[in-house]
Amino acid sequence: MATIALDKLRHSYMADPQAPEDWALKEVDINWSDGGAYALLGPSGCGKTTLLNIISGLVTPSEGRILFNGQDVTHLPPDQRNIAQVFQFPVIYDTMTVYDNLAFPLRNRRVDEAKVDRRVREISEMLELDDMIDRRAAGLSPDAKQKISMGRGLVRDDVNVIMFDEPLTVIDPHLKWKLRSKLKELHQRVGVTMIYVTHDQTEALTFADQVVVMQDGEVVQLGTPVDLFERPGHTFVGHFIGSPGMNVLPCDMRDGRAFFADTQVSIENGVQGLKGDERLELGVRPEFVRFADTGIPAEIIKVADTGRNQLVEARAQGQRINVLVPEGESVPSEGAHLMFDPNKTRVYANGWLVEG
Amino acid sequence: MAIRTENNKAWLFVIPVVLLVAFNAVVPLMTVVNYSVQETFGDNLFFWHGLGWFEDVLRSERFHASLARQLLFTGIILAIEIPLGVMIALTMPKKGPWVPVCLVLMALPLLIPWNVVGAMWNIFALPEIGFLGYVLNEIGFDYNMTQSPLAAWFTVVLMDVWHWTSLVVLLAYAGLISIPDAYYQAAKIDGAGRFAVFRHIQLPKMKQVLTIAILLRFMDSFMIYTEPFVLTGGGPGNSTTFLSIDLVKIALGQFDLGPAAAMSLIYFLITLGVSWVFYTIMTRHDVR
Repeated sequence: MATIALDKLRHSYMADPQAPEDWALKEVDINWSDGGAYALLGPSGCGKTTLLNIISGLVTPSEGRILFNGQDVTHLPPDQRNIAQVFQFPVIYDTMTVYDNLAFPLRNRRVDEAKVDRRVREISEMLELDDMIDRRAAGLSPDAKQKISMGRGLVRDDVNVIMFDEPLTVIDPHLKWKLRSKLKELHQRVGVTMIYVTHDQTEALTFADQVVVMQDGEVVQLGTPVDLFERPGHTFVGHFIGSPGMNVLPCDMRDGRAFFADTQVSIENGVQGLKGDERLELGVRPEFVRFADTGIPAEIIKVADTGRNQLVEARAQGQRINVLVPEGESVPSEGAHLMFDPNKTRVYANGWLVEG
Repeated sequence: MAIRTENNKAWLFVIPVVLLVAFNAVVPLMTVVNYSVQETFGDNLFFWHGLGWFEDVLRSERFHASLARQLLFTGIILAIEIPLGVMIALTMPKKGPWVPVCLVLMALPLLIPWNVVGAMWNIFALPEIGFLGYVLNEIGFDYNMTQSPLAAWFTVVLMDVWHWTSLVVLLAYAGLISIPDAYYQAAKIDGAGRFAVFRHIQLPKMKQVLTIAILLRFMDSFMIYTEPFVLTGGGPGNSTTFLSIDLVKIALGQFDLGPAAAMSLIYFLITLGVSWVFYTIMTRHDVR
């Protein structure tokens, strides 16, 4: 187990990167503590898998260092880093039994058979694979196979970190929940540092203590699931996390006060730092918009019932604004006005949260 | 109760194939069956002979000898071509500009007509002017395939290896490139060595195509005729007279239709039987 530090990491798959878009990873500085559960979240192509492969040693970064427990491992091959990785599609050794699959990493490292046996039995019981231990791995279901790939990481007691690369992609929806909670349970029981890569916000937010949101090779925000939800550091985070995502509306500043559609809007963050030439936007989540008698005049376009909430699509000044209304509360039909929660409404400059 | 509809229209589409197969395989085969149970003394007069020819063939030392030669030949070329083909496939590049170059080079021998292959190797092996024959004699081997059975065998085997290893390479290569990178990455992380990767990832993933490769090479080499016929004509003596060469000698050389027909059927049943047993063994794990 180990702390992991990423020190000014940059990576490009090109030989001679020039423009910013040539970089798959733009500069990543992260410190992860021992035994934490972390998630890398972002859309496809945002660089999260590159980052994962750099940590595991399958890719050597163009610039920067990776430190495990303060020790530079940037140029070590994967097998010397003592890491484990679970891939998108279950990787199992078809011809072997479940037992031999789990024993494989240990036998390759010449661990004595008695210990191999003890570890394999322990882990298979933990993963609930013990009733199929002597079966050939090839014939098992995808979720059992994915558990085996996980198990191959867990059997080694010297693993620094276990990494998951969208491990639930091929798992049936009803088993996803089961496997995810199993994973969480395992993390609490074993205490190994785990890094989970996904583009699914639910997976990231339920698994991790801390989530790294990435876009275009950049870390846009690093924080707890609550941070990401309540105080998105970037309009991308607001939009990507949450269902539906944050409303992002054009905004202009007059004498240090924010206006949307000629109506003044109270905001939470200070705006002293603004230079005046930025593209300004207001961000407010649908959860923090409510109907009122005064405020921004809006018309209701559509109401969809999602079960616990009613999702109202409103329109003001040509801008679409989503509003979440708790079940049972009424939605005005005409002459509606919208109010934004002043503590949850913020100004973003060029996409980034204005900190002032 | 579920309603089962049976759509018999499919038969309409199968019929042309059935007819085609009937006329080019089943009907000629039945002629052979017909010959195999009759005796003739010419004038198109036939007499019932029962299973006499079959008994004769099965007891014939000549048949035993050519069957033994055939099995030996097939055994040798399988033992060389399969491992060699896999080895070459493993060393071929997985991506990059050299992939098409390698593939075309590999496919070249397969594109040459069989009798041309025989003729090429015939000249190639001539002791005075053939490159192979000349070089071998220069470096001190007494090599002359028209005189020494060992030299003839060496040449026939080498020719077959040259001609057909490519097929194994291409099939094995197809199996190899279909393995996702994640397997190699996982093996690296699991600390597997080069041999373990081959044994536990590459070989199992190649199993299907290798089964096909072995089956094809078995059948083709077991029925081999043109190349050794052009190269050695079955000689020197009878040393490279394989089953099909012997069969042609009996059928067309001596015009013994009965024994030749009986031998054809036995030959056919051996090929079919071995292929079936082999295929059943190789695929029995796949059935769940």
